[in-house]
Amino acid sequence: MSTSWPTIHFTINGKSCEVQAPPMKRLLDVLREDLHLTGTKEGCGEGECGSCSVRMNGELVNSCLVPVLQAEGADVQTVEGLATNGKLHPIQQAFLDCGGAQCGICTPGMLMAAAQLIERNPHPSMAEIREGLAGNLCRCTGFMRIFESVLAAATQADQSAPKKVDHAR
Amino acid sequence: MSTTAKTRIVGASVSRKEGADKLLGRARYVDDIVREGMLYGATVRSTIPRGLIRSIEFDRRIDWSEFTVVTAADIPGDNHIQLIVADQPCLADGQVNHCDEAILLLAHTDKHKLREAVDAVRIEYDLLPPIFTIEESERQDQVVWGSDNLLKSFLLEKGDVDSVWESAAHIVEGEYRTGAQEHLYIENNGIIAEWSAENGVSVWGSLQCPYYVHKTLIKIFDLPDDKVRVVQTETGGAFGGKEDYPSTLASHAALLAMKSGHPVKMVYDRMEDLAATTKRHPSRTRHCTALDKDGKLLAMDIELATDGGAYATLSSTVLSRATLHAPGPYSCPNVRVRAKSWATNTVPYGAFRGFGAPQAIFALERHMDEVAAALGIDPVEFRRRNFLHDGDTTATEQVMREPVIMDMLLERALRESDYHARRARFARENPSSAVKRGLGIACFYHGSGFTGSGERILNSLAGMDVTPEGKVRVLVSNTEFGQGTNTVLTQIAAESIGIDYEDIIMAAADTGMVPNSGPTVASRTVMVVGRLIERAGVQLVEMLREHAGLGAKFTREEFFAACERYRAAKGEVASLVRYEAPPGIFWDDEKYRGEAYPSYAWSIHVAQVAVDTVTFSAEVEEFWAVQEVGRVLNPVLATGQIEGGIAQGIGYALYEKVILQNGHMANNQMTNYIIPTAEDVPPIHVFFEEIPFRYGGYGAKGIGELPHDGPAPAIVNAIKDATGISFHAIPLLPEDLFAGLAAHQQVEEQATL
Amino acid sequence: MRGNADAHELIAPGSLTGVLELLASAPGEWTPIAGGTELMVAFAAGRLGARKLVNLWGIPDLRFIETSAYSIIIGACTTFLDLRAHADLASELPLIAKSASWIGSIANQSRATLGGNLVNGSPAADSSPALLVYDAEIEMVSRRGRRRIPYAEFHTGYKRNVMAADELLYAVRLPRRFAHHRQYLRKVGTRRAMAVSKVAMAATALLQDGVVSEIRLAAASLAPFPARLYKTEAALLGQPVTRETIQAARRALLAEVQPIDDIRSTAEYRRRVAANLIEEFLLELSAEGEPR
Repeated sequence: MSTSWPTIHFTINGKSCEVQAPPMKRLLDVLREDLHLTGTKEGCGEGECGSCSVRMNGELVNSCLVPVLQAEGADVQTVEGLATNGKLHPIQQAFLDCGGAQCGICTPGMLMAAAQLIERNPHPSMAEIREGLAGNLCRCTGFMRIFESVLAAATQADQSAPKKVDHAR
Repeated sequence: MSTTAKTRIVGASVSRKEGADKLLGRARYVDDIVREGMLYGATVRSTIPRGLIRSIEFDRRIDWSEFTVVTAADIPGDNHIQLIVADQPCLADGQVNHCDEAILLLAHTDKHKLREAVDAVRIEYDLLPPIFTIEESERQDQVVWGSDNLLKSFLLEKGDVDSVWESAAHIVEGEYRTGAQEHLYIENNGIIAEWSAENGVSVWGSLQCPYYVHKTLIKIFDLPDDKVRVVQTETGGAFGGKEDYPSTLASHAALLAMKSGHPVKMVYDRMEDLAATTKRHPSRTRHCTALDKDGKLLAMDIELATDGGAYATLSSTVLSRATLHAPGPYSCPNVRVRAKSWATNTVPYGAFRGFGAPQAIFALERHMDEVAAALGIDPVEFRRRNFLHDGDTTATEQVMREPVIMDMLLERALRESDYHARRARFARENPSSAVKRGLGIACFYHGSGFTGSGERILNSLAGMDVTPEGKVRVLVSNTEFGQGTNTVLTQIAAESIGIDYEDIIMAAADTGMVPNSGPTVASRTVMVVGRLIERAGVQLVEMLREHAGLGAKFTREEFFAACERYRAAKGEVASLVRYEAPPGIFWDDEKYRGEAYPSYAWSIHVAQVAVDTVTFSAEVEEFWAVQEVGRVLNPVLATGQIEGGIAQGIGYALYEKVILQNGHMANNQMTNYIIPTAEDVPPIHVFFEEIPFRYGGYGAKGIGELPHDGPAPAIVNAIKDATGISFHAIPLLPEDLFAGLAAHQQVEEQATL
Repeated sequence: MRGNADAHELIAPGSLTGVLELLASAPGEWTPIAGGTELMVAFAAGRLGARKLVNLWGIPDLRFIETSAYSIIIGACTTFLDLRAHADLASELPLIAKSASWIGSIANQSRATLGGNLVNGSPAADSSPALLVYDAEIEMVSRRGRRRIPYAEFHTGYKRNVMAADELLYAVRLPRRFAHHRQYLRKVGTRRAMAVSKVAMAATALLQDGVVSEIRLAAASLAPFPARLYKTEAALLGQPVTRETIQAARRALLAEVQPIDDIRSTAEYRRRVAANLIEEFLLELSAEGEPR
């Protein structure tokens, strides 16, 4: 069977790559097993927890629900692609400063969702932050530190953004 | 002395020790690790709740020669998990006592072939009748454990409750129930095991208590201590759910490794983890309370029962904590708690944050509202009249020697939540609104550390050494699984020695490398182990002063230079200290009397809840938590602990329901076991009052479990405030609210239903 | 993870024509997969029966939103994020964007498609009630040609529909005549996000001289498939919105729907909440009075 597997080409964290894999293999498994990018986690395998969130062609997706064939030609970004030249991405720095990560298992997916949110909407309201992260379940933090991290990252990107934290939905 | 001294690092919100690794995706969890020649393991489980195994057949369409197969017969030592009572088999042998009980293990190089093979093992049973409820177990409809189904019982007595009933001005009774709760750590259970004739068994995995796993493995394999090594990998949440279960999974993986001669990885998927691993004990608590004419407590008679599941596991210690938290932070001359844990044919219930206290406190704090209502007293005022104070005795006749500041905490909670003004506003607005709002309160303590004499028995050893590379390495078996162990113990080590946060590293939680400083449970790490690290740091400096010429004041460079002088002269630079009980701790395990816990953390929760009478859904709109947890060593981490515990408590109250069908969890998927999302958790306001505890690490008491104790009763009390209707059980889902509210509503189409 | 990728074939013809050729060549053998938010869940759970899958994701002919003077036409592989971002939908047919915002989370909405939601045919499908009260039409395509039917006639039973084995759902057509209707949509789940609906209700209506002159009601999770509530509509048509009418509508609804007990909720709860939702809509309607 393996001889008949197609070669799938895509860009991963800015570098082009190709893998030979069964076309129904989940992008999540290709990332973790074929590309050894284990930062992306599996929490449920059913698109509920968001631990496997990555960005594909600029959209946030659950990589457990993407057959790798559908990533052909795509531009994929994982948690390993957030930092540049050893410098934490602003959202990573904010999570570190504000206590946004506890056990860390939801963190890679949460960071991708947060990065996507801020990139699309540099001044998110609390309601927009809550919606943007609703598909990423965190069992440790109760989300408050995560919300503050996202606000801090947004504030850092734009000094004019409001500083006061109001968690209201 | 250290508790009042000015500190440089302790008390500061330094960032998480392993934070960068987690944020960069570099942290290595068990499923991120691959070993050369590694096989994958899988488990064949019982599909029935109780019965005798008649036959095991292997379907011929599978080439079984490719698989490693392990049954109970392959176990070289004792086929039991070593907890308090060694009654739980590692692999079922002849009989199964719950659904999803492990019977047989398989390993193969291809994990996809395993799935098919698991389905191709056919097990025939002679069915035995199962029991699933506390009531069936009490009545002994079937005897499924021991001679009477009773896993454990406790009797706690103070004064004589029976002397009071006749003279009491009021007697109020109530019955309260809590359901099972799943931990839902986002990382499922997982272990990698290796075996060799020379080195014995080594396991790496997601776990809380390396020495618990060690204790089981030496018995399963009949090996000496030094032939079993247990190493914790980065752990993606635990909450008690990885306290006892990893002993089972590690045994399974290691048995497959031994039989196959290859490393074996077993990582559960979500469905298996939900169906097969422990949950919080369901409970039923009955209160009968006597009061005088002024609303002061005269007697509290409490009957508490938990469902322990099929084996004893940790049910006795969970029951103990429930017993000791059942009477709460109130002063009462006559108290009786009769507590029993019952066996049923369900997956054994286990440790979960709070460990019996959330169950007991739900009952108590709901009941306090019911008592206040019966007496016509405001629920806040009623509690205030009965709070414990310094010098009072608890139900175990422990004298409160440390300051007890419940009044102050209550004042703060009322002020921060603007309690009275909000309640007045809701009373005005509710009659004309389809959404009814209310406020609820819960007042409680949580005992820090092990119960009674437990810490003496643990006799923990912890400390630090100095590496040749010039780092101080903290040596503890306590594990990081999100709560901040690494960070806070690093802060304490740096503070106590007088060097920088960056000068400290944490040794891996590896039984081959670190001493046994006890399990990472019971909110004990910072208070008990933190204190050991504080003492070890002080001892290290004294040692260097005495033997290596370290000055009275020193820089970090001078410190490490002294370490190297010491190493050259005497060898290894290390400082280990052993637990010393605070003075005056006496506990009578027979009578359940004395110093139940060395210290208590105290808290008040206020919940604002909105009940939508169109959809019968209750949502928490805002939450306030005021607590005294001793000294707060890292405010950001401490706040995160409180917020996270409250979010889990909200789930416990309103969302999370384990649905058992014939003893099997029917909703074993994340889409059907509902936990709160980022859109569901309300704004949570956290406030600390700090009273340093002189025997805790830099004045700290326990914090981790406390926040899970209060949300459920505060929320259900708020629902009563909003709707006027008392609910006595959680989880309280919209369907349950519907049943309760509909019974009280004038509904026109009733006749047509 | 219980699926085995090796046991499934997945091919990508890359064009609509190519997919239709394949479906025609072996009717019933190939299962289309778009955003994968249903099929990949089944795959991971080891429940995906389909062994041969054909990819629709990335075919431009299926992902579009076209507006004409009389209708808005949505390609089957349009994602829910696409729907949420469309200005005309937002202003004229706001229930579409609202229901799109309920689909799972952002990471689901970026992949889940309108066509996939309908073909999957869950009784709880989030997009269905809104489409039903907007008189949506379904356009299907095969190598034999195209055909259209009202969406209300699309589902024929639990997870069954009218499509032939060689057909593909091509587009959903929405008439542009609801901008001035009273519109209502509410989903009831156990939590605010990532919820499967226990009841969902949509409505569009017109009032003339205080009397209901036009009404469409539709619900999810009350029947084996999402459906219009014709009998309840009949109880309202031509009536003034009074206390009595509301009670009559509640009674009609309770007589019309037969929801079930399942792992997510109870029949009794669903019935009562559905009646409450109708009442909530009618109270809003009466409070708002005449349309402008």
